[in-house]
Amino acid sequence: MSFKIVVLAKQVPDTRNVGKDAMKADGTVNRAALSAIYNPEDLNALEQALRLKSKIEGATVHILSMGPARAAEIIRESMYRGADGGYLLSGREFAGSDTLATSYALACAIRKMGKVDLIICGRQAIDGDTAQVGPQVAEKLGFPQITYAEEILDLTDNKITVKRRLERGVEVVKGPLPMLITVNGSAPECRPRHAKLTMKYKHAATPSEKQEAGNDYTDFYDTHPYLNITEWGVNDIEHDIQWLGLSGSPTKVKQIENVVFTAKESKRLTASDFEIESLMKELIANHTIG
Amino acid sequence: MNFFNDNPTIKFQLSHPLMQKIVTLKERNFAEKDKYDYASRDFEDAIDNYEKVLEIIGEISADIIAPNAESVDHEGPQVENSRVIYARGTQENHDALIQAGVYGITLPRQYGGLNFPFVVYVMSGEMVARADAGFANIWGLQDCAETISEFASDEIKAEYLPRVCEGQTCSMDLTEPDAGSDLQAVQLKATYNEKDGVWYLNGVKRFITNGDAQIKLVLARSEDGTNDGRGLSYFVADNKHDHTVLVRRIENKLGIKGSPTCELVFNNTPAKLVGTRRMGLIKYVMSLMNGARLGIGAQSVGLSAATYNEALAYARDRRQFGKAIIEFPAVYEMVSVIKAKLDASRALLYETTRFVDIYKAYEAIENERKLEADEKAEYKEYSRLADALTPILKMFTSEYANQNAYDCIQVHGGSGFMKDYACERLYRDARIMTIYEGTSQLQVVAAIRHVTTGNYLKQIRDYDAQPIKPEFSSFRKRLQIMTNLYANAVARVNEAKNQEYLDFQARRLVEMAGHIVMSYLLIIDASRDTEDLFRKSAEVYLNYGEVEVRRHAAFIKTFNVENVDIYKVQ
Repeated sequence: MSFKIVVLAKQVPDTRNVGKDAMKADGTVNRAALSAIYNPEDLNALEQALRLKSKIEGATVHILSMGPARAAEIIRESMYRGADGGYLLSGREFAGSDTLATSYALACAIRKMGKVDLIICGRQAIDGDTAQVGPQVAEKLGFPQITYAEEILDLTDNKITVKRRLERGVEVVKGPLPMLITVNGSAPECRPRHAKLTMKYKHAATPSEKQEAGNDYTDFYDTHPYLNITEWGVNDIEHDIQWLGLSGSPTKVKQIENVVFTAKESKRLTASDFEIESLMKELIANHTIG
Repeated sequence: MNFFNDNPTIKFQLSHPLMQKIVTLKERNFAEKDKYDYASRDFEDAIDNYEKVLEIIGEISADIIAPNAESVDHEGPQVENSRVIYARGTQENHDALIQAGVYGITLPRQYGGLNFPFVVYVMSGEMVARADAGFANIWGLQDCAETISEFASDEIKAEYLPRVCEGQTCSMDLTEPDAGSDLQAVQLKATYNEKDGVWYLNGVKRFITNGDAQIKLVLARSEDGTNDGRGLSYFVADNKHDHTVLVRRIENKLGIKGSPTCELVFNNTPAKLVGTRRMGLIKYVMSLMNGARLGIGAQSVGLSAATYNEALAYARDRRQFGKAIIEFPAVYEMVSVIKAKLDASRALLYETTRFVDIYKAYEAIENERKLEADEKAEYKEYSRLADALTPILKMFTSEYANQNAYDCIQVHGGSGFMKDYACERLYRDARIMTIYEGTSQLQVVAAIRHVTTGNYLKQIRDYDAQPIKPEFSSFRKRLQIMTNLYANAVARVNEAKNQEYLDFQARRLVEMAGHIVMSYLLIIDASRDTEDLFRKSAEVYLNYGEVEVRRHAAFIKTFNVENVDIYKVQ
C-alpha cells in the first residue's frame, strides 16, 4: 500500500546567529551575511515524517521546497536523513512571494503530485515567523489541519492522532486523512544525517545543478535514477499567474525599523528566600514562566 | 558547532601524500563501487566521503556529546540486577551515533561497515574524546571488532560483525585481580565441552571497561596445567541477557566516570574460540592492544585539544591588572606550549596511524591472496614502523594530555580548581591515559628495542632527507645536532652492556627519539601546509624538545653504571 507523505521545507538565512551585518542599510535582510540553513521546525517536521515512514509499510517521504537553485541542498539534507526524494519549485516567477503566493504555489505543486496522504511542515520559518503557510496550503487543498503538533501518536483506519503543544498545556486530537500537520519546535529533534545515506545521495542533483556542474554525468544519473531531484518551474504546475510571486502577494512592506532593546525598569532583589519566592510567584502569575 | 569543520588541523591530515596509497589499498582499487551504492568510486570521492562522515560525527560530538559531558560525569553509570545502566547522556550519545550509522567505521562493507581507513577512525575518536573523553571509550571499543575481522572464522565474523555495525558495544576482557600489566597470569578458565561442542568460561575479570557490553572478547586459560602466556586463548562471548556474565560492581573512579569499569563474574558463559588455541596473548591480544593504543592516542589528543580550547578561551576572557591575562608572557607561553604539545601529539598520531593503515590493508589482502614480493616488503616495512611508533605515540600523547590538563587548570587559576569549569574534569579524565592499555613505563619497554636496533635513528634520518621549506633549514640544523646527541647517548648506554642500566636509561632514550621525531613531523607538516597552521607550533615544539633532549643527553653523559645503585629502594 502506498502512503505518500510530503514535507514542506524551507531554506532560510540563519537568523539565530545574527552578526552586525545581518541587516542592510535599507532594512532588508542581508542574505549574503547569513548562512543558509534548514528551517529548524521543518527539521522537526521531517523527523515526524520519518518516524511515520518506519511504521507504515510502503510509506514514502518527499520534500517540497520553493526557493532558488541552491535550496536543493535542503532536499539532499533530507535524503541523508531518510527521505526518499524531493521536488524543488524554482523560478523567478515565484520571487517576492508573501505567504499567500507561497501557499498558492505549494498547493499547485502538491496537486500535481497526485494522491498525497499527509503533508507535514514546520510551524513557521525563522525568517518570517508568520506560521501562515502551512494553514493556507491546507485551506487551498481543502485538507483538514492540525497545528502545533508535538508528536504523531497514532495512525489507524485513515485517522491520525496528534498531540498538540499549546501555550498552557497539551491537547490530543484526531482527524481524517488526507491531512496537513504543522509541527512545533518542541517536538523531538531531527535525527542526524546517516553515513551511508549521505554517501549514497551526495550526488543527488536537480537538472539545473547538473547543467551548472557542466560534467557529462548523463549515464551516471541514468543508471542511478534515485539521484535525480525533481525540479519544477512555473510551467510545470497548473497555475494562474496573477496569484504567483509579487503580483500574488498583497503584503507590502511599508517600513522596517531596527529595534534596539533597552532596559526601561529594573528591580533589585536581595538574595533572601522571601524575595526570590515572591519573584517566582509574580513571574508565574503574569505567565512569564510556568 | 562542528568539531570537524572548526579544526582544519584534522582535515589537513587527509591531504597527506600517503593517503593515496592507503585509500587505494583499503578500497582494493575501488572494486566495490558498483556493488554498494555508498561505496567510493575513486580517490577524490573517497576523501569526500570521509569528510562528509567526519562532519556528521563532528556535529554529533559538538551538539550532543560535549553538552552531555558534565551531566554524565556527575551521574555516571549504575548497576542494577548485575547489569550496567549507562548515564542518560551516555545512552543519548550512543543512540545518536547509531542513528547516524557510523559504528563499524573500519569494518568491511559486506558486514555493514563503512570500510574506512584507521586514519578516519582515529579522527572520529579524537573528536569524540574532545567532546567527552570517557565516552570515547565506548565509541573506541568498536575497535575490538578488528581482531574478529582479522582472526576469526567466517562463521564468527558473520555472527558478530554486523552487530557491531548496528551499534552493539564491545569490551576487551583481559585483566584480572592478579593479572594487570602481567597478562600471562590470567586465570579465568575456558573448558571445552565435547558433548555440546562449546567452550565455557568461568572466573573473574576486573577493571573491564564497558564490561557489560553485548560482545565480549575474553582472554582465558584454555590449557589445563599451564601457567604462562602460552596457555591462553582468545574467545568471543555473546553477552545475552541470560545472567552467565554478572557485573559484580562498577568502580568509583577519579575520572572518565561515564565509562563503566566493571568487575565481572563468568559463570559457565558459552564462548567461541577465535583463531587458534594458545595464541591468545601472544598474537591476538598483542594485536588488540596495538589497536587500543592507537585509540588511547586519539583519546589523548582529543583531550589535549579540549584543554587548549578551554585554556585559550579563558585566557582571552579573564582580565587582571587591567588587561586580558593572555597578554602576560607567563600565560601566553603556557598556552602556546599546550598548543605545541597538542600539534606534536597529533602529528605523531596520524603518522603512526598511516603506517598501521598500510600494513593492516596488506594483512587483509594477504587473507585473500598471496602478496607479491614488493607488496610483502612494503607490508613488513610499514608493520615495523607502526610497531616502532605505536609505543611512543601512546606514551607521549597520554603524558601530554596530562601536562596540558595541568597547565589548563593553571591558566584558569583559582577558578580552575572549582567544579565550575570543564578543566577540572579534563584533568581527572586525563589521568588514566598514561596508565591503561599499558602504562608509560611499559610503552618504554616496548619502544626501547627500536632504540637499540636503530629503527628510530633510521626513521629520523629518513625524515631528515625529506624536502622542507627553506625557512626551516635552521630548524633542521638544530635537529641534526639533537640527533647526534641522541645517537651518542644510545652508544654510551649500549657500551655498558648492562641490561639493568639500559632499563634505567630507557625512558630518557625513548623520549629523546620521540622529541626528535615529533619535531621533524611538525616541520614536514608546516612545509606542506599552505594555511600556516603549524609554523608556530613547529618552532615552539622544537624549542621545547631541544631542551628536553639536551637535558637527557647531559644526564646520560655524566652518569655511570654504578650510579644506578643510589636509586635502588628495598
